Amino acid sequence: MSETSFQVSIGEAFTAEDISETVEAPSKQLAKYAMRLGDDALILAQRLGWWVARAPELEEDVALCNIALDQLGHARAFLSFAGLAWAKTEDDLAYFRNESEFTNAQVFEQPNGDFAQTIARQFVVSNYQCGLYIALQASANSTIAAISAKAAKEVDYHRDHARQWMLRLALGTDESRKRIIEGLNVIWPFVDELFRDDELVEGLGASAVPPSSLRADFDKATLEVLARCEMEVPQGFVARGGGRQGIHTEFLGPLLAEMQVLARAHPGATW
Amino acid sequence: MSSPGGTEHDTWPLWEVFVRASRGLSHLHAGSLHAPDAELALRNARDLYTRRNEGVSIWVVPSSEITTSDPDEKDAFFESPKGKRYRHASYYTEAEGVKHL
Repeated sequence: MSETSFQVSIGEAFTAEDISETVEAPSKQLAKYAMRLGDDALILAQRLGWWVARAPELEEDVALCNIALDQLGHARAFLSFAGLAWAKTEDDLAYFRNESEFTNAQVFEQPNGDFAQTIARQFVVSNYQCGLYIALQASANSTIAAISAKAAKEVDYHRDHARQWMLRLALGTDESRKRIIEGLNVIWPFVDELFRDDELVEGLGASAVPPSSLRADFDKATLEVLARCEMEVPQGFVARGGGRQGIHTEFLGPLLAEMQVLARAHPGATW
Repeated sequence: MSSPGGTEHDTWPLWEVFVRASRGLSHLHAGSLHAPDAELALRNARDLYTRRNEGVSIWVVPSSEITTSDPDEKDAFFESPKGKRYRHASYYTEAEGVKHL
C-alpha cells in the first residue's frame, strides 16, 4: 500500500498533474486496477465526445460534453496514477496501447446508436460508477480514495441526467418509447460483466471494491427507475464480457484508431 | 418523406435563467436557454451557466411568463425621476447636531 505525501479532503480538487508529481507509485496490481477504472472512463469520454454538435439540441450538446469531460478527468487521474507503476504517462497509456491492452468493460465501448441508446448506456454506466466511486472513497489507497471522492459527485449528476432522459423518452411519444426500449436491449447484455469479480480485485483487498458487492444496489436503483418508466429489464440475451482481459467487441478498434491517430502521427506533440 | 420530429420539429420553449453567485446576494439574470420542461431547464442552466463555479442557487422561469415594460413607453416609465433630486439622500443638507452621518 503506498502512502502518499499529501492530504486531500473529500471532494477537493485533485488533478492528474498532482498525481504524477506528488504520489508514490502503486504496486503493479493496483496499477492494473486503476487502469481498468481509467479505461472505462476514457472510452466513455471518447464515445460521448462524438455528440458534440450532434445532439438533438444545443443544450444537450453541452450536457453530454460536460459529462464527457468529467469522465476524461477521471481517466486522466486514474491513468496518471497507474502509469507511475511502469514510469509511463497518462498519454503513453491512452495513445500507445493497442486494443488488447485496454481493460475497459465492453459496455463502455458500445456505439452511441441514436440518442436513446446513448441514454440507455449512460443509465447503466452512471448507476454502476455511482455505486463504485462511493464505495471506493473508503479505499485503503488514499489516491484511489481521493480520485473517487471527486468522481462520486460528478457521476451522481450523470446518473441524474440519464434518469431524467430515461423517464422522458420512456413516457414521451410512441417513437421515443420504442427507441429507449431498443436502446436498453442493446446495452443490457453488457451489464453482468461490470459486476464480475476476478483474481486481480480479490488480491487487492481493501484497496479495491469487489464488483459483485455493487450489484444489489445497482439492481435496486435501476429497477426503481425502470418501474417509473413502465419498462421491463431486458430478458433472453447472452451476457457478454471479457473486456477486463483485453477481449473487446468489434467497436473498440475503430474508436481507438480515431482517438489515437493524431498522437501516433505526432508523438510528443503539445499545443 | 417524414422522419420522427423532422418537419414537425418544435423548438423547445425558452427559459430565463437567474443565478445567485453567493449567499447574501440576489439572483441575477444570467441568460436564457431552451429546455422541454422546468426540471431539464434547471439542469441545462447548471451546465451552461455554472461551469466555472459561478453559483449557489439557480432559478429558471419560462420566458413567456415574464411581463416586460414596453420600449415605446420608455419616456412615461423612466423619464419621470429626472429633476426630482429630492428623491436622493444627497439633496438634503445635514441637520445641525446629527453625528455619524
